[in-house]
Amino acid sequence: MDMTLAADIPPATVEPSIAVSRLNHWFGAGDAAKQALFDIDLAVSPGELVILMGASGSGKTTLLTLIGCLREVQDGSVRLLGRELRGASPEQLVASRRRLGFIFQAHNLHNSLTALQNVRLGLDVHPGVPEKARDAACAHVLGLLGLGARLSYLPANLSGGQRQRVAIARALVGNPEIIVADEPTAALDKESGYDVVALLRRLARERGTTILMVTHDNRILDLADRILTMQDGRIVSDRRVAGA
Amino acid sequence: MTRLLQRLLGRLPIGWLQLTHNRTRLAAALAGVAFANILIFVQLGFLGALLDSIALPYRAMDADILVSASDANTLEDGSPLPRQRLFQALATPGVAGATAVYFSRLDWKQPDGTIRVLDVFGIDPASRAFASPAINRQLDRLKISDTALIDRATRNVPTGLFPAIDAGNPYTFEVNNRTITVVGTFDIGGGFTADGYLVVSDQTFLRLFPRRASGAPNLVFVRADRGVPVAEVVERLRARLPAADTAVRTIAAATASDQRFQTTQRPIGIVFGFGIGIGVLVGIIIVYQVLSSDVADHLREYATFKAIGYRRGFFLGIVFEEAMVLAVLGFIPGLLIALVLYQAIAAATGLPIAMPLSRPAGVLLGTLLMCAASGMVATRRLERADPADLF
Repeated sequence: MDMTLAADIPPATVEPSIAVSRLNHWFGAGDAAKQALFDIDLAVSPGELVILMGASGSGKTTLLTLIGCLREVQDGSVRLLGRELRGASPEQLVASRRRLGFIFQAHNLHNSLTALQNVRLGLDVHPGVPEKARDAACAHVLGLLGLGARLSYLPANLSGGQRQRVAIARALVGNPEIIVADEPTAALDKESGYDVVALLRRLARERGTTILMVTHDNRILDLADRILTMQDGRIVSDRRVAGA
Repeated sequence: MTRLLQRLLGRLPIGWLQLTHNRTRLAAALAGVAFANILIFVQLGFLGALLDSIALPYRAMDADILVSASDANTLEDGSPLPRQRLFQALATPGVAGATAVYFSRLDWKQPDGTIRVLDVFGIDPASRAFASPAINRQLDRLKISDTALIDRATRNVPTGLFPAIDAGNPYTFEVNNRTITVVGTFDIGGGFTADGYLVVSDQTFLRLFPRRASGAPNLVFVRADRGVPVAEVVERLRARLPAADTAVRTIAAATASDQRFQTTQRPIGIVFGFGIGIGVLVGIIIVYQVLSSDVADHLREYATFKAIGYRRGFFLGIVFEEAMVLAVLGFIPGLLIALVLYQAIAAATGLPIAMPLSRPAGVLLGTLLMCAASGMVATRRLERADPADLF
């Protein structure tokens, strides 16, 4: 079996952004309970771009929602930026989520809001930015993503690739330490899919942002630092991408 | 508008943007709120007109205290009083004056065969029963038998009738086998049950209604001495007059009790109250429909916002913002249309229908509450927005 254990990776000098150990997860209760994750161990260093692959039903989405603080940890441990998620209250989970950036399969932009207003919503959960600086900060991030001329466009008037870039801007604008992405290229053609992820990687590099991305898209694998493969609720391979 | 709301809310006015994004739904929602408002305004208008028209004859009385039969709910019903109550009242300390008044109703047949209903007051032309200068100036003319004064606000009379009377051309008509000559006019205003008022002398009254006994008036109007509290005179009268057949109340209390009776015991008042309830219900249902389908349409966006880290209060804020926008924007056309309808109703019925300032304020407040209640129910759907389902 082509399997490299997480222990083979040189020990990180700093604390990992994401540290998962002995994680099990079940759906349902009692006799009907079905185990979705088995004994997951995973460490992701700051700034890494890790791609999570696997057939549907392999548990990768479940793992992503647990790391994304969208489900309660039942057994084992998930440490996110040094904070243990197991036993965290819903209120603490919300606080942890605010330190993440989310990118979804569909762009999930609000149709009634312009590109700029959608990005504003990504920024407005964070207190502390002065009101006057907010629109400028959002416009700046949209500009980095090549949408400087589309600030007041509604999603309906943007192309698929542009919408996904607005969604990326919404995830980036709060300067998250970790970005959690679920098939961000699923709705895009080959070219724009690659471009969007390449752009995401470049911006993440500049900021030292960790990215955990679930994808089926083979075309973007060469952008990853590490590729994890899951099968039946277990991580079955963990390999570094040469030259990344 | 967006900027104004942004200032007001201190955040992006998402509810407003969401509502204005779907213009058809917004128009339907505003039409619904406006319709509910119109319904409520019209019912309140009728109710207000009913209350006003009940109070009109009481206001016209030149009296502080009304003595009526203990079984009387309104001016028109109740047994006749023994005339002795008048003398007992006059003999009570603190009473400055009192006069007996007969009250009944007659059908005034028009030349075209239709009927106008007139409420008839039979008064002693030697005393002041009413405050109206027009009536008091013409008391002497009532001393001639079979003469009458008529209310200028009487509904559905031939045009030019009242100016002709005022110009000195008496109008005669036959009723109860007698010929009545209308020699002058005054102003009280018609109500829901009668078209207008007629004032005659007590002698004419007894000839018009031969079954009524001269010793049995319906009402005694009592004026208290200046300097004596009216409430005290009421107490003295109550002590002196037998409660078994006589009720003694201040004019204000008698008016209120008549209004209470007619709005809660008579179908007409209940119908208006019911209409208000239906209006509120229509408004709540329409606003709930609009808000809950709006929430359902945006569950995905809301789930995304939840994932990003927004809390429950943020979403409640959006739904309440929408509710308030619907309330205020729907209220404005509702009020304007209601004002037009008030004019039309007043012109068509002659009822005293008006828009006191407190009414729009009350209806706006009620609309805000109604929309907030609908919003509260609609937010239950928010629980279905689960960010874990987004992946």
